[in-house]
Amino acid sequence: MAQMTMIQAITDALHCELKDDENVLVFGEDVGVNGGVFRATEGLQKEFGKDRVFDTPLAESGIGGLAIGLALQGFRPVPEIQFFGFVYEVMDSICGQLARMRYRSGGSLGAPVTIRSPFGGGVHTPEMHSDSLEGLVASQPGLKVVVPSTPYDAKGLLISSIRDNDPVVFLEHLKLYRSFREEVPEESYTIPLGKADVKREGKDISIFAYGAMVHESLKAAEALEKENYSVEVVDLRTIQPLDIETIIASVEKTGRAIVVQEAQKQAGIAANVVSEITERAILSLEAPVLRVTAPDTVYPFPQAEAVWLPNSKDIIATAKKVLEF
Amino acid sequence: MVSKKIQQFDPVANLQEIEEKFEMFQILNEEGEIVNQEVDLQLSDDQLVELMSRMVFTRILDQRSISLNRQGRLGFYAPTAGQEASQIASHYALEKEDYILPGYRDVPQIVWHGLPLWKVFLWSRGHFVGGQIPEDVNVLSPQIIIGAQYVQTAGVALGIQKRGKKAVAVAYTGDGGSSQGDFYEGINFAGAFRSPAIFIVQNNQYAISTPRELQTAASTIAQKGIAAGIPSIQVDGMDPLAVYVATRDARRRAITGDGPSLIETVCYRYGPHTMAGDDPTRYRTSETDSKWEKKDPIVRFRKFLVAKGLWNEEKETEVIAKAKEEIKVAIKKADETPKQKVTDLIRNMNDGDLPYNLQEQFEIYAEKESK
Ligand SMILES: Cc1ncc(C[n+]2csc(CCOP(=O)(O)OP(=O)(O)O)c2C)c(N)n1
Ligand SMILES: [Mg+2]
Repeated sequence: MAQMTMIQAITDALHCELKDDENVLVFGEDVGVNGGVFRATEGLQKEFGKDRVFDTPLAESGIGGLAIGLALQGFRPVPEIQFFGFVYEVMDSICGQLARMRYRSGGSLGAPVTIRSPFGGGVHTPEMHSDSLEGLVASQPGLKVVVPSTPYDAKGLLISSIRDNDPVVFLEHLKLYRSFREEVPEESYTIPLGKADVKREGKDISIFAYGAMVHESLKAAEALEKENYSVEVVDLRTIQPLDIETIIASVEKTGRAIVVQEAQKQAGIAANVVSEITERAILSLEAPVLRVTAPDTVYPFPQAEAVWLPNSKDIIATAKKVLEF
Repeated sequence: MVSKKIQQFDPVANLQEIEEKFEMFQILNEEGEIVNQEVDLQLSDDQLVELMSRMVFTRILDQRSISLNRQGRLGFYAPTAGQEASQIASHYALEKEDYILPGYRDVPQIVWHGLPLWKVFLWSRGHFVGGQIPEDVNVLSPQIIIGAQYVQTAGVALGIQKRGKKAVAVAYTGDGGSSQGDFYEGINFAGAFRSPAIFIVQNNQYAISTPRELQTAASTIAQKGIAAGIPSIQVDGMDPLAVYVATRDARRRAITGDGPSLIETVCYRYGPHTMAGDDPTRYRTSETDSKWEKKDPIVRFRKFLVAKGLWNEEKETEVIAKAKEEIKVAIKKADETPKQKVTDLIRNMNDGDLPYNLQEQFEIYAEKESK
């Protein structure tokens, strides 16, 4: 075991897979000599060579197409999109092509591509570097979307994503890259995709969250505990497909729920979770299910970001509304 | 030399011949001497001095921006030192009615096109007032998405053409940007419509850490214009006179109905990619840095002007003092602008009445922000 930050755990996962499977290829903008702008691929080109870890010309649609082509040649591509805000440039490759590989081949062809990309706010980036666009890809049948919140989960989930025979979009929250360390096994291990994780058990209310919002939710849970509320925090981990069983079991236990997302409120993942709960567990509910989200504007540059981003205070306030309903 | 007839059937020789034709255009060498006597500069002494003044001003603006950034007083910043000839001398060939679509590094050009400096500082902080461009300033805010401005430039140029204006649309990007699909689409569309556009690729050798050789097998970026059927040229981007003349000629062709042009300026950025943690020592050597510093645009232009008796230390000190003062005033004005709020964002993004949901959000954030 070693103490690792999330970015180290990600590098470690890439390292394990490059070592274990000669078909794994890592590429993208500045991932080679530079080791990625966040150093996620630090040292990998040096160890595995330019054949397997390489810089591409600057074109996201090119990177997406390259990944599809390499997959057709039996490789297991792990391309990086430097920031997920640039996903619009590669939208056709991801949603128009990759996601449809199974459909077009009548189920006979997979596309084992894992697209890694940083996203998320709170680190003072310029425009289009912090947007939470997971909802865009989560709306496409044929894709899995994974958002880890801890170093341990990041490593296990990334290895599972790479080994999955279908396309996975793996989103890494910028603020979590170096915010804390935890014990991470040095050997390879997997965490199943599509499985949520109860990060804290409780019996009065369930908070569903993913990415950086898991930590805001845990903070909120601790504060609420002091007021004698027992709060369960469920980290969705995979937002497409959702782990309906874990979600419903939690709601059936607590009878109350809120859903937290960093993304804007409109047409989001949280709305999807709320619908699943109300469709399946309405009779267990003691109160309406509420959401905590960002407001419906584009992600602001630094100056207003602290107010714009949902935080533990917002979560506490919304949780209380539900608890005191 | 292979005969014409054989060449037609020899694609390899064809390519070689085309690439050889893209020899870099230079007027002023590193020593500040004119090496290309045939070119008629058509620049008065006053104009030469003005161009130098702007380049010196811009170097100071870069130095001050970097230190303001380090003090946490500026937001996003992409250094410009080394690119003064590429940026300022190309801009010097433009007119006020021309429309500029810049990248994130092309702040100096839009400042010299009339965007007030204090607004630029606010843009750097992500403040909405920085995005409010005065009506008589024909520029767009710097683009963050690499290459997006190419296709938009084709659109602005077509619009200019349809309105019958004597003006051009100008896109600025980097070498990396020329790998985007938007680059090919932009130059091709402008070529297809024969619209008045100038595409300026500032080849500063790197896209963040990725060297120019990894971007393309083409030996010059300029030659990509051939495929779009538009005139194209590679110029010494550290030579203000070459950049000026290439841009001036492209502009003349454009406004007389001869369509768009592509200009590759071969230059270098001395500083890091941006001020957000890039470390150039990871991907380039100090030998490369000093090789390029010897080509410095300001140094060579200074030598040229001093020899002509048009420039001296006193003049330069005066420009530097003026730059420092203007920057000080501008940053003060930026500081005095009220901080941006979430309610500003909600308001600004909606023209007219807010829909139900947003009205509700507006009230929630107004309440939060009043505390
Ligand atoms: C579509 C898109 N992809 C990636 C980025 C991240 N990025 C910002 S600058 C840059 C390199 C650009 O290099 P170049 O075009 O040569 O311009 P330079 O920075 O050298 O002026 C990259 C990859 C971006 N902003 N937009
Ligand atoms: Mg460049």
